[in-house]
Amino acid sequence: MTGRAIVIGASAGGVQALSRILPALPADFAVPVLVVAHIPPRKENALVQLFAAKCALRVKEAEDKEMLAGGTVYFAPSDYHLMVEPGGSVALSSEEPVNHSRPAIDVLFETAADAFGPNLAGVVLTGANHDGARGLKAIGDAGGIAMVEDPDTAEVGTMPAAALAACPAARPMSFEQIIHQLQGWAIS
Amino acid sequence: MTDAIEDIEIELLLEAVYQHYHYDFRDYARASLKRRLLHARKQLGYDSISALQADVLHDRTMLPRLLNFLTVQVSEMFRDPSYFRALREKVIPHLRTYASLKVWVAGCSNGEELYSLSILFREEGLAHMTLFYATDINPQALKAAETGVYSLDQIRLFTENHQKSGGLTSLSDYYTADYGRAVFDKSLRNQVVFSDHSLVTDAVFGEMHLISCRNVLIYFNRDLQNRAVGLFRDSLARRGFLGLGSKESLRFTQHADAFEEFVPSEKIYQRALG
Ligand SMILES: C[S@@+](CC[C@H](N)C(=O)[O-])C[C@H]1O[C@@H](n2cnc3c(N)ncnc32)[C@H](O)[C@@H]1O
Repeated sequence: MTGRAIVIGASAGGVQALSRILPALPADFAVPVLVVAHIPPRKENALVQLFAAKCALRVKEAEDKEMLAGGTVYFAPSDYHLMVEPGGSVALSSEEPVNHSRPAIDVLFETAADAFGPNLAGVVLTGANHDGARGLKAIGDAGGIAMVEDPDTAEVGTMPAAALAACPAARPMSFEQIIHQLQGWAIS
Repeated sequence: MTDAIEDIEIELLLEAVYQHYHYDFRDYARASLKRRLLHARKQLGYDSISALQADVLHDRTMLPRLLNFLTVQVSEMFRDPSYFRALREKVIPHLRTYASLKVWVAGCSNGEELYSLSILFREEGLAHMTLFYATDINPQALKAAETGVYSLDQIRLFTENHQKSGGLTSLSDYYTADYGRAVFDKSLRNQVVFSDHSLVTDAVFGEMHLISCRNVLIYFNRDLQNRAVGLFRDSLARRGFLGLGSKESLRFTQHADAFEEFVPSEKIYQRALG
């Protein structure tokens, strides 16, 4: 699998954290960004509308079987797991919740690590559970870049702290550092 | 590179299951299938997929257990109520014009979708003239569908879904409660043929007025979706209807031209003329 991708997981407090990061990415950002955010099940993913209005990047709900493209933010639809296929396309699934969540961050991160190997960056943001910890470790183990919002300054520190504990390669970072590193990595 | 070895083992296991048992999972969407296989390895207590494969080949009783991991059995009655509402309000008026009807529920799992349709058709006064086909590849699921017994814990959600779908009766008219279980009325399956049928390896078996195949294609890769949708095209009567799951579409299949969007928001299609 050639090409690269960024995966982001957010839970409680996630809308605000994502509002700091996603709008800061420029329209010519060449790498696809996939996001799992835990929100109550709703038919249309309200986050898509919210962020489409705020972002320079194209923002959409991920569709089953579509090929990932740069310059685009893909949100997991509510009540479906979002996965990446080995060939770099999107797969959705309504199988059982993982970590009591569907979509689950671990499912996105683990399948993306499988598809992209070292050409993947993963970011765990604020949240009150442990979703994303296993997934971030999988990204680190595959040689990808593992980033975590600093638990001390995060809205809710539990999820970032769990990710740091599970993934030795990850460092706690501020929003500015995360944005800076993502931008540098995307053009490197 | 343990990962690469695991991918080889998965490839070999799927090949073994195909050659020996003729269940063909080789072209299922791989990311989800891999997760479920690794889960099966752990749950069934094997150190490697290869060890699991050896037992699957030599011990027939392992196959149904493996199938429960390879297939996804998550379902509910009147799942996505707006889909059933659209069938009721937009599709049923067309179906009323026929003297008799055939409806195929492809990938019926434990029967939730079948009973939903059976109730809907009864409410709309079409049950007596309708023959349902309920098919799946998982024998345990088919047996559960034929039994029509669900846990009472689920009934609250099923009832809520039924109401939201525009239900004209009360769901409790159709089951009796018994030791924590809801036993659905036998008469709902009077005109149902339950059958082992694979969208991957089996052929057309009748001419249908409505095919409901929800949350099955999502587990296939594009090639397999093409095969299954081709099968639906060839199975539909003139101007027959096809309903898919809420996150499925014909957009990425070769056969999109053979269908027209009928209720786009609910993924209900109609067979195009010609
Ligand atoms: C997630 S369930 C969908 C149940 C129901 N249709 C719904 O939407 O709630 C998927 C079902 O498809 C069945 N299935 C998987 N592969 C199949 C195939 N090749 N042919 C027919 N059914 C298949 C599985 O055994 C499972 O029962």
